[in-house]
Amino acid sequence: MEAAAQEKLVSVINEKFEDAIIEARMDKDFFTLIIKKEKIVDIIAHLYHHTATQFQYLTTLFAVHYPDQSQIAMVYQLHNLRTNQRIRLKIFLPADNPTTPTLTTVFSAANWMEREAYDFFGVIFQGHPNLKRILNVEDMLIFPMRKEYPLEDQTREDKNDLMFGR
Amino acid sequence: MDAVTSKISVGEKPDGHEGPGFFATRLDKVIGLARKNSIWPLPFATSCCGIEFMATMGAHYDLARFGSERLSFSPRQADLLMVMGTIAKKMGPVLRQVYEQMAEPRWVLSVGACASSGGIFDTYSVLQGIDRIIPVDVYVPGCPPRPEQIIDGVMKIQYLVENESLRRRDSQEYKAMLNKYGIE
Repeated sequence: MEAAAQEKLVSVINEKFEDAIIEARMDKDFFTLIIKKEKIVDIIAHLYHHTATQFQYLTTLFAVHYPDQSQIAMVYQLHNLRTNQRIRLKIFLPADNPTTPTLTTVFSAANWMEREAYDFFGVIFQGHPNLKRILNVEDMLIFPMRKEYPLEDQTREDKNDLMFGR
Repeated sequence: MDAVTSKISVGEKPDGHEGPGFFATRLDKVIGLARKNSIWPLPFATSCCGIEFMATMGAHYDLARFGSERLSFSPRQADLLMVMGTIAKKMGPVLRQVYEQMAEPRWVLSVGACASSGGIFDTYSVLQGIDRIIPVDVYVPGCPPRPEQIIDGVMKIQYLVENESLRRRDSQEYKAMLNKYGIE
């Protein structure tokens, strides 16, 4: 995305949500905005409807766990299909209580993606119509992509540290 | 005519008394011989071991030579459950239901490292061996095993089928073994 388009985008957000942007930067060739967590759904809805932005396609939505900062990031990637522009919006949630409003009010496609983020990271999406596990077994007790849970199956006894590097 | 027949090997006759127009032997030997050479497998193929199984069924390796050319895609009519590939934990109840739907006598062949032990997938989402949910008769190692190995496993199953006591499935030991898996 060119510098002019970036500035335009930032001004579109600032005109309605002042001080919402914490940082704007290029991650490799991908324009990324770090946003305050409170207004994320309103900002995405604003970018959806505003004639200058029209980010009307949700490419993906996912979580990242940062164990040393004790934070879980939610990352939203949006696409303007008319101008072929893409942006990434990132918010940080506390790892002990990762709660954020659902994006299904803007994008129906967010339904299964948010279920995936809940399944693997335990992020609670308030207002989600059907927030339950989507890929893992329903009786799983952990959120397996969080770093505090080991990758390996814990019910095995025959794979020990000596032979398997656990 | 002689040249053709000499290339065909006929299954070995069980011990018995033979005379003009009759042959007398034990019933379980006859049943074992018949069952052994008409095993209907149900392929439960989830990954690369399933590809090796396709080669096993193909003309080159030809499992039909062992009387197993008729794949049963319904568990109701299957004799042998061939589990080939990684079984995710979410797939576990499905596999178990397929096993429960099979009629006795039934056998299970676990093909490949994943089905037998979880294989390289030492992870939270993969079942660490199907013997955690259903009883297994023969394990075939390999990642994936060659078709020759799968055929060897089927021949081991054939041996079990041929020599199994007709009363085994009614025995207390067998029922206790199934109960250990929570079946019936």
